[in-house]
Amino acid sequence: MTKIVSKINTRSPDFLENSAHMQKQVDDLKEKIANIKLGGSERSREKHLSRGKLLPRDRVKALLDPGSPFLELSQLAAYKMYDDDIPAAGIITGIGRVAGQECIIVANDATVKGGTYYPLTVKKHLRAQTIAQENNLPCIYLVDSGGANLPNQDDVFPDKEHFGRIFFNQANMSAQAIPQIAVVMGSCTAGGAYVPAMADESIIVKEQGTIFLAGPPLVKAATGEVVSAEDLGGADVHCRTSGVADHYAQNDNHALDIARNAVANLNRVKDISIKIEAVQAPAYNTEEIYGIIPKDSRQPFDIREIIARIVDSSNFDEFKALYGTTLVCGFARIYGYPVGIVANNGILFGESAQKGAHFIQLCSQRKIPLVFLQNITGFMVGKQYEAGGIAKHGAKMVTAVATAQVPKFTVLIGGSFGAGNYGMCGRAYDPRFLFMWPNARISVMGGEQAAGVLAQVKRDQKELKGEEWSAEAEAEFKKPIVENYEHQGHPYYASARLWDDGVIDPAQTRDTLGLAISASLNKPIEDTKFGIFRM
Amino acid sequence: MTTQLTQNNQSKMFTKILIANRGEIACRIIKTAKKMGILTVAVYSDADENALHVKMADEAVYIGKSPSRESYLLSEKVIEAAVKTGAQAIHPGYGFLSENSDFCRLCDQNNITFIGPPIGAIEAMGSKSAAKNIMQAANVPLVPGYHGDDQSEAVIKGAADKMGYPVLLKATAGGGGKGMRQIWSAEKFTEGFEAVKREALSSFGDDTMLVEKYLTQPRHVEIQVFCDNYGNAVYLFERDCSVQRRHQKVVEEAPAFAMTEELREQMGQAAIKSAQAIGYQGAGTVEFLLDFDGSFYFMEMNTRLQVEHPVTEFITKQDLVEWQLRVAAGETLPKTQDQLSIHGHAFEARIYAEDADNDFLPDTGTLNFMQTPEESEFVRIDTGVCQGDEVSVFYDPMIAKLIVWGENREKALQRLTKALAEYHVGGVKTNLEFLSKLVTSKAFIDEDIDTGFIDKHHDAIFNRKTNESLSNQASIDIAKSALLVLLLQNQSKVSPTDPTSPWNNTNAWQLNDKCTHKLTLEHNATEYNIEIEEVAVANNRPSNKGNYLISVNNTVFSCYGVVDKNQLTTTIDGIKSSVSATLENNTITLYTHQGAVVINNIQADLGDHGNDDNHGGLLAPMNGTMVSILVKSGDTVTKNQPLVIMEAMKMEHTIRAPADGIIDNIFYAEGDMVDGGAELLEFSVTEKNEGES
Repeated sequence: MTKIVSKINTRSPDFLENSAHMQKQVDDLKEKIANIKLGGSERSREKHLSRGKLLPRDRVKALLDPGSPFLELSQLAAYKMYDDDIPAAGIITGIGRVAGQECIIVANDATVKGGTYYPLTVKKHLRAQTIAQENNLPCIYLVDSGGANLPNQDDVFPDKEHFGRIFFNQANMSAQAIPQIAVVMGSCTAGGAYVPAMADESIIVKEQGTIFLAGPPLVKAATGEVVSAEDLGGADVHCRTSGVADHYAQNDNHALDIARNAVANLNRVKDISIKIEAVQAPAYNTEEIYGIIPKDSRQPFDIREIIARIVDSSNFDEFKALYGTTLVCGFARIYGYPVGIVANNGILFGESAQKGAHFIQLCSQRKIPLVFLQNITGFMVGKQYEAGGIAKHGAKMVTAVATAQVPKFTVLIGGSFGAGNYGMCGRAYDPRFLFMWPNARISVMGGEQAAGVLAQVKRDQKELKGEEWSAEAEAEFKKPIVENYEHQGHPYYASARLWDDGVIDPAQTRDTLGLAISASLNKPIEDTKFGIFRM
Repeated sequence: MTTQLTQNNQSKMFTKILIANRGEIACRIIKTAKKMGILTVAVYSDADENALHVKMADEAVYIGKSPSRESYLLSEKVIEAAVKTGAQAIHPGYGFLSENSDFCRLCDQNNITFIGPPIGAIEAMGSKSAAKNIMQAANVPLVPGYHGDDQSEAVIKGAADKMGYPVLLKATAGGGGKGMRQIWSAEKFTEGFEAVKREALSSFGDDTMLVEKYLTQPRHVEIQVFCDNYGNAVYLFERDCSVQRRHQKVVEEAPAFAMTEELREQMGQAAIKSAQAIGYQGAGTVEFLLDFDGSFYFMEMNTRLQVEHPVTEFITKQDLVEWQLRVAAGETLPKTQDQLSIHGHAFEARIYAEDADNDFLPDTGTLNFMQTPEESEFVRIDTGVCQGDEVSVFYDPMIAKLIVWGENREKALQRLTKALAEYHVGGVKTNLEFLSKLVTSKAFIDEDIDTGFIDKHHDAIFNRKTNESLSNQASIDIAKSALLVLLLQNQSKVSPTDPTSPWNNTNAWQLNDKCTHKLTLEHNATEYNIEIEEVAVANNRPSNKGNYLISVNNTVFSCYGVVDKNQLTTTIDGIKSSVSATLENNTITLYTHQGAVVINNIQADLGDHGNDDNHGGLLAPMNGTMVSILVKSGDTVTKNQPLVIMEAMKMEHTIRAPADGIIDNIFYAEGDMVDGGAELLEFSVTEKNEGES
């Protein structure tokens, strides 16, 4: 293989300035995440602990194999979306190893609004299930939730991708032999009762877990019957009488221990049929990425410098290096796994799009996972390019990306604008995982461009009416548009809405991709059948 | 005395011998036999099928079940094994059949040489009172006492009153600390008399007693003698075996300190006189009590090789087992008295599986870790076990004898101290720490030693802190333990089908956050919440070499290390060190030079799984006999109240109530044989009043 030789001078003023700029963004990200990870208010956490329950993150840690990595998903979900602060949308999701098996873990955080489901809570829960389904990962639900958030019921209950889909997914995953394990560690009311009921195996903690379709207040209102929560749906009822739960746990730790045993008894083997090689760290320090990404996002940089800090030994065998040079394609390894890398190194031209389509075909044929490093302002525009068929060349790449059945992984490392997002495997193209760097921006086009387009339309209208429009007035007109694009294109805004699976520290890109690729290999790679390529 | 040995040229060395013993002494004998080109036959019981002595011998014969009375004590089986394998002689080692005249007779009848004294000598020394009569006749000094046939309590007490208290009451058939008791005043006489009688009757079937003057500061000094079949006799100087626990030797040394040439010769000649009085042949030991004024009294003669013989070997540069074989084969003594001299000083420390903090109660279990100091011309280890072997309930719980030599006592003691610090045994409780504290105690160094040493200096030995800056050391030990847990975690998780997966890492990786581990470790009954940050590891660092910030009690240690088998090498705040360490069932043991440090990795509480633990059985700590039951069913008892007395390993052990409670049931009667681990009685703990909750 060919080693990328870095041309970066880590002592140059530019590098240091870029590095400081990125560090600031990463620090801000980590500070926000640290706050989110605390969960609900101190009072509600204390109350939770006083009941002898573990905090949800401690539950996750106790469930995982000692020292297992935890690839948490969508930490910023619901960030600044509701009047109330709903850290992580009140639900912790992620991938971790349990009894040697990568599993999806979904844990309600009862310290956040009693663990009730806000619209984004539902979306995050469903996204975790989608990841489980796409990657054939067993699901472990640590249930401690009051069910749907009643004030928001219209955005939680009725639609296809709402609450009911959780159980639809459980049933269908179970049908596909993707294990569904539920641990009832608190309330499991109404619809929530179906999580353990629909599970393959369920565990309930005595004097903590309750499962019922209607809680004591509703029962009293409906029938006049007065009954305690424990007598209505506690561990004794469900383990001894109803059979809704299978295992009786003494406390949270015991329940998690039983869950670990349940996973150990799944009899699953991760069958990897791709060629693996020994892991080699990159030749260059991954943190140097900070100094490579320009402070000014309009400045170009060589994407190979980033690739060199992500892949094993910084080895990269480039494909068609001399053709369509604004798209860099090539073979590399991450944690010993083979990957095909598709990375932007400028605007997409017809040649680059055709090259990309060709390379995606190669990887699909060879069953090599694809990694997209997205930093794209769009396809080239203009008479010459339209005439050259940029639309059909772009369509070839989009077709290839859309239909490729190898696992796809997308990282937004810079701009993600317009159709470039599609060609580079944006959210709509079902990458198994999609992550953003804190410096990335996503929107239909750049804020400046959008403001420019809208200003031009306005100017045309004014000129038709014979009105004057001063440069100052135009600047005044454009300013809020640019600001709005900047606001909505920000990774926190995107991540809050689950347009991605998380905003990540660029220095953790290699680890994150390695974990994601390894997790994806739990599902055998299928053959690809491409659609029609417009020639 | 003769300086010229009577010569004999008729001898013929054996070509094959059988060793009627097990453990370290069997191995010890096999070593010399091998050196001399003699083939060896081992015998073994069920428990010893894979024992070291069986592996070392050229042949091995199975002789029966694990309890020694069904194997090693079966004379006929041993003789049969010798006949079957064509062994010309039997070495009995010590214990078992070594002082059994019936066995000697059986050897004779089968034309097998018994490597030991003649039958008559064994019989003469077998009864203590008879032995004393012989010695009295031979003008060997004796402790004032009554050894008469009139066994009435009044007569014996009368004799005791006459010689003045304290006195020592002994069963004539007793030995090894069994069946003897000190009586400090006339009022205590009857109680002690009955106890010794009971022990004697149950142990030996003979309750004949003798009473002697009890010396308050006596030393136990014994003389090694050797006689051949031609009337030649030499003494190989003395051993001081005063340091004893429960009347059993634990640290021995040679030569004895504060010994004059004159006294040495007097005692040596007295010992030879004793041996010759009974027509002795082979190796023997004459035990004397040496009073502080230099007067000495005959105690008894052991007609066999002693456990502590290696100290004599070190200072005389002789191989006593070789001497035994040569004498038994009919050769004359290898050396004359003039050719023997003392070289330097030697110590022996006996390493036992026992709980020094609990009255030296024997312990049993698997030796899951064993690391010994390096053997050299100065350091010798006699052992019969290896790592992974079992210390069973069936035999003596001695693990090894550590013998060291030095140019003088001080230098030998320094070597002993270091070697003890380097001796690490895991899986059973051992007396190693006790030995270390003992030999480094001021009294031991200052030779302020008599047979009451351990009792007298109890506090100085047991309650001494070994390290001044203990708290910092404890923190470092805890940090090392945490590191061990993490490093072993790193080693354990590799998925065979997915070997490169980053999921195999156990660095507690998290997105947008530090890699942090949390452990709860318990040390000396205190729990510590340990936080460990796994620091971003620089590129190309070996993956099993972590880099950690370990926070113990608000002190942060910067650590990294490697663990290779049981060797943990750590660098903590820039100081590199190496320690033997094990992790078994969440218990970490660091074998430091200050002794074994035990730290528990506390696991999450999984709650009470419905096994109500507020009542439970009390289990027999070892195989033994129920001597006395002090409670009856339904009795209410208080914590530490004696419940039953068991006898095993030649000692009585009192089993006490673990808490306040009620005796629900007793499953054995006095005199019953009990297997180790058997439930002796059922016991309910009285509910504590914990107030309203």
